[in-house]
Amino acid sequence: MSPAETRRIGLRLENIDKRYGGLYALRRVSLEIEPGECVAFAGRNGSGKTTLLRIAAQLVRPSAGKLTFSPAQNDSERATKNTGFVAHATMVYDELTAEENLMLFARLLEIPEPAHRVESLLRDVGLLERRGSLVRTFSRGMRQRVAIARALLHEPSVLLLDEPATGLDPQGVSWLAATLRRLRDAGSTILMSLHGESEISGLATRGIRLDAGAVVADTRTGANLPSILTFADA
Amino acid sequence: MSLFSNTSVLLGKELRTEFRSRELLTTTVVFILMIVVLFSFTFDPTREESRRFGPGLLWLAFLFAASLMLQPGFLREQTNDTLSALRLSVSDPFAIFLSKLCANTLFLLITELLLLPIFAVLYNVPLLGVVPQLALVLFLGSLGLSVTGTTLSAISAQARMRELLLPLLLLPLLTPLLIASTEATAALFAENPVLRWDWLAFLIAFDVIFLTAVWLFGEYLLEE
Repeated sequence: MSPAETRRIGLRLENIDKRYGGLYALRRVSLEIEPGECVAFAGRNGSGKTTLLRIAAQLVRPSAGKLTFSPAQNDSERATKNTGFVAHATMVYDELTAEENLMLFARLLEIPEPAHRVESLLRDVGLLERRGSLVRTFSRGMRQRVAIARALLHEPSVLLLDEPATGLDPQGVSWLAATLRRLRDAGSTILMSLHGESEISGLATRGIRLDAGAVVADTRTGANLPSILTFADA
Repeated sequence: MSLFSNTSVLLGKELRTEFRSRELLTTTVVFILMIVVLFSFTFDPTREESRRFGPGLLWLAFLFAASLMLQPGFLREQTNDTLSALRLSVSDPFAIFLSKLCANTLFLLITELLLLPIFAVLYNVPLLGVVPQLALVLFLGSLGLSVTGTTLSAISAQARMRELLLPLLLLPLLTPLLIASTEATAALFAENPVLRWDWLAFLIAFDVIFLTAVWLFGEYLLEE
């Protein structure tokens, strides 16, 4: 049984501000993310999507406001057991092979039988035959596959994805969509930033649009979801 | 247990990446060899002068080596935002710092080990009789260099002008350590070598204080 099936985790953001100098990246953002929700964030470049995800991952401390999880977690639980994050950058080492990268993070996350889990993920992302190649020799799409595999290593209960389809070919996007669907159905809470409609945006059960760091639209209504996601690119 | 298991996994990564590329070690060894050789040719010191000025020169060379070697430690983690991945994966963020500290100390000691025989020959300083004592001084001094340098490398990696910032912060902060290490080494290079416990105690205190401070506040250094 995966951790996602045993622990369902929600997030609550209360009046979150994030300032970089005098510039507001986020302005009084308040959101209640229910456990098991799949939320798509849309918005123009610089609207605050990435900052919001990094605050949710607790990589960035908000300038004001509070982030809490339900049920409440201590720091080590949060870090090692529950959060998976795919960022703009690949978050893997170019000087290590795909397998070495995944083994490194699997050991840090103290995953039981790490070699078995790594092999299974490498097979899933289609990189089993290139397992021994240095990541720096990979294309952008292949690096993104390694990045996604790293985030999924521990089957996290909270998955944060910042434009996860970047660089992926149509096969890769289909695989990612199928994987996210499985995790969503198992109860993982998924927050992802997207640009426009895609196979992945179809998984969202809620759409939130950001503009200049503020939430300007928030819907769970199926019919309104596509408009939330496409408006930013219109 | 997580701290030690996480640290050992991360130390393995540090060693693997360095020994695979050998970028840091090669450039640093060549750099400080040049310093020691050029000083030798420029001043052509007598044996007595070597005993007096050699320790200072040696530790200055180690300091330059450290400022060159410690810079990329956290800078490399910025390239693909791997520091964030590590922060999300380790149970105790101090493991990230500790692994880099261990790796940096080891690399610095390897560099010193390669340099010492050449120094002994060029400056005509007999070292064979004081190897264990010298090893102790080198270890304590190098640990101090690494603790301070690794901490400042974490700070400077997130700053603008980062290449200049580390030496600018590092050199003044390490002045007490440099004095203590030089004095302890000079006592070992004397006609009648002695191990100066007062300077060793100073080095131990320096290492313990800085290490404790980083252990207590190090997590903030890793934040964005």
